[in-house]
Amino acid sequence: MTAPTASRPRYRPPAQLGGRGPIRGRAKRRLQIAAFLAPALAILALFVFWPMLSALRLSFTDASGFGREQYIGLENYVEVFTDPDIVRSMGNTLLYAVLFAPAAIVLALLLAMAINSPRLPLRGVFRTWLFLPFIVSLAVAAFAWQYLLDPQVGLLNYWLQVFGVRIGNVLQDPVLAMPTVALVAVWKSFPFYMIVFLAGLQEIPSSLYEAAKMDGAGPWSRFRNVTLPLLGNTTGFVVIIATIAALQAFDQIYVMTGGGPYKSTQTVVMQIYQSGFKDLDLGFASALSYVLLVATLVLSLVQFFITSRREKDAS
Amino acid sequence: MTSLSSRVAARRVGSGLFFVAMLVVALLVLLPIVIIVFTAFKPVAEVNAFPPSLVPGDWTLDNFTRIFTELPFARLILNSFVFAGGVTLCALVFDSLAAYALARMDFRGSRVLLVIIVASLMIPFQATLIPIYQLVAEFGWVNTFWGLIIPRAADAFGIFFLRQFFLSLPRDLDNAARIDGASEFRIFRSIVLPNAVPALLTLGIYTFVNNWNDLLWPLVFTTKQEMGTITSGLTLLTGPSGIVPYGVMMAGSLIAVVPLAVMFLFVQRRFIESVASTGLK
Repeated sequence: MTAPTASRPRYRPPAQLGGRGPIRGRAKRRLQIAAFLAPALAILALFVFWPMLSALRLSFTDASGFGREQYIGLENYVEVFTDPDIVRSMGNTLLYAVLFAPAAIVLALLLAMAINSPRLPLRGVFRTWLFLPFIVSLAVAAFAWQYLLDPQVGLLNYWLQVFGVRIGNVLQDPVLAMPTVALVAVWKSFPFYMIVFLAGLQEIPSSLYEAAKMDGAGPWSRFRNVTLPLLGNTTGFVVIIATIAALQAFDQIYVMTGGGPYKSTQTVVMQIYQSGFKDLDLGFASALSYVLLVATLVLSLVQFFITSRREKDAS
Repeated sequence: MTSLSSRVAARRVGSGLFFVAMLVVALLVLLPIVIIVFTAFKPVAEVNAFPPSLVPGDWTLDNFTRIFTELPFARLILNSFVFAGGVTLCALVFDSLAAYALARMDFRGSRVLLVIIVASLMIPFQATLIPIYQLVAEFGWVNTFWGLIIPRAADAFGIFFLRQFFLSLPRDLDNAARIDGASEFRIFRSIVLPNAVPALLTLGIYTFVNNWNDLLWPLVFTTKQEMGTITSGLTLLTGPSGIVPYGVMMAGSLIAVVPLAVMFLFVQRRFIESVASTGLK
């Protein structure tokens, strides 16, 4: 679309019909538009756009919240990519994403198909029921799982022991701590993805399944050749939002492990919180923030293209 | 004949197995919520007993009385409502005003503005938290409701979401009102908003739940215990000693979940649909 010109049909405000001069009417209208937009734009400018620029500036300084800050060039960025602890926190975040996203997505898709199936009795009840973790905060979910998995008094730990499985103190285990905090996020997040999948599944016309059945396609073949391809864009969307969510992992880790043991669950956002708000190393935390921002931006752009492709397909 | 009836029988058995399998999955999904509810009513001895049990033998309200002595919990509940409710209310007002201008008042640059707003959706708040904190501190808003609410008083997603909804409303009504000489604000308030109640409710639920459940935000903008929310307050219970008072924690968790659960029961369908539509945009 080109820039709006006089040729574009424009609504003429009543002020102009009312006999007042067009110049005054136009100025009044501009003022009106500004009044509608001003509060929201002021908030966004002050608390979204300005901080984005400010964080970029800070990332090149040694700001600490006290005294004068000095520009130190790329020093913070060099540290971000060379400090073993920080590199590890990025690796941990990727590990978390790999543990969390596929599990949450597969579970969500399977359960969405189950609660979409007309063969499931009490479908409506299951839909409501399986959705429940969505309203529980990650922090509260973390408390519940921490108790369930407690090495001494945890119910789940005890049940597993009855079956001969000894998992010990998972939150103190450098190998098992990360899968555990990922599990909590899977539990909390799958309902959201499940509902998105369900909406996608409901848009697939049942006639396609009928036709596939007529051609003798079994359940697996119908899933492979009808469900998956037609759900492709929904799946792409879910993959991206799940990955973005994984990059921002914080809440349950803060509650359950505080980043430990031995920094094995220290993620990027945990590190930003630690560096920025505990160590007051604002410049460094801002540089790390920008790494997160760029990673999210790239994923969002991918998502944007998927969504626009989906809209094109839909129309 | 027999093969047909045996196929019907096989189908029945299949359905039954499917149902049982789903029941097991659903029970597992529910387990963390069940443990919160039951543990909240257990006496301390039972909470820390081995072997652990699911259902309390003795039901007690001790954990609930203790949470109000260990934390300024009444205040935290109030804070959660003021914070999540305040953000929701402000965002609904400001987002709908801006969305109305973008959907209904043609003006030069409206498309560019829309693109800029949508682009800002890609910025995770975690990445700009430090400058936001500096601003809030500069305004003297740390440990105040202003600091918790104002930075979130409008958000790009809400503007975009409502704009899309406003565009879907027929324009005949507001054009008729315009001919009758109604002001833009009048049209916004008496024609567009009443017709947008479903979208406003959807966005309202989404915003309220997100803020109610948020941990990092209240953690950063409040340093005094009595300015925290339920979510951030509860994290204080796990002391450095490593001994976790599970009973008290579960009582607090239950109180944190109940308002959302009640809301969920009342607007269940809308709640689930809202999630689907916010996810799908």
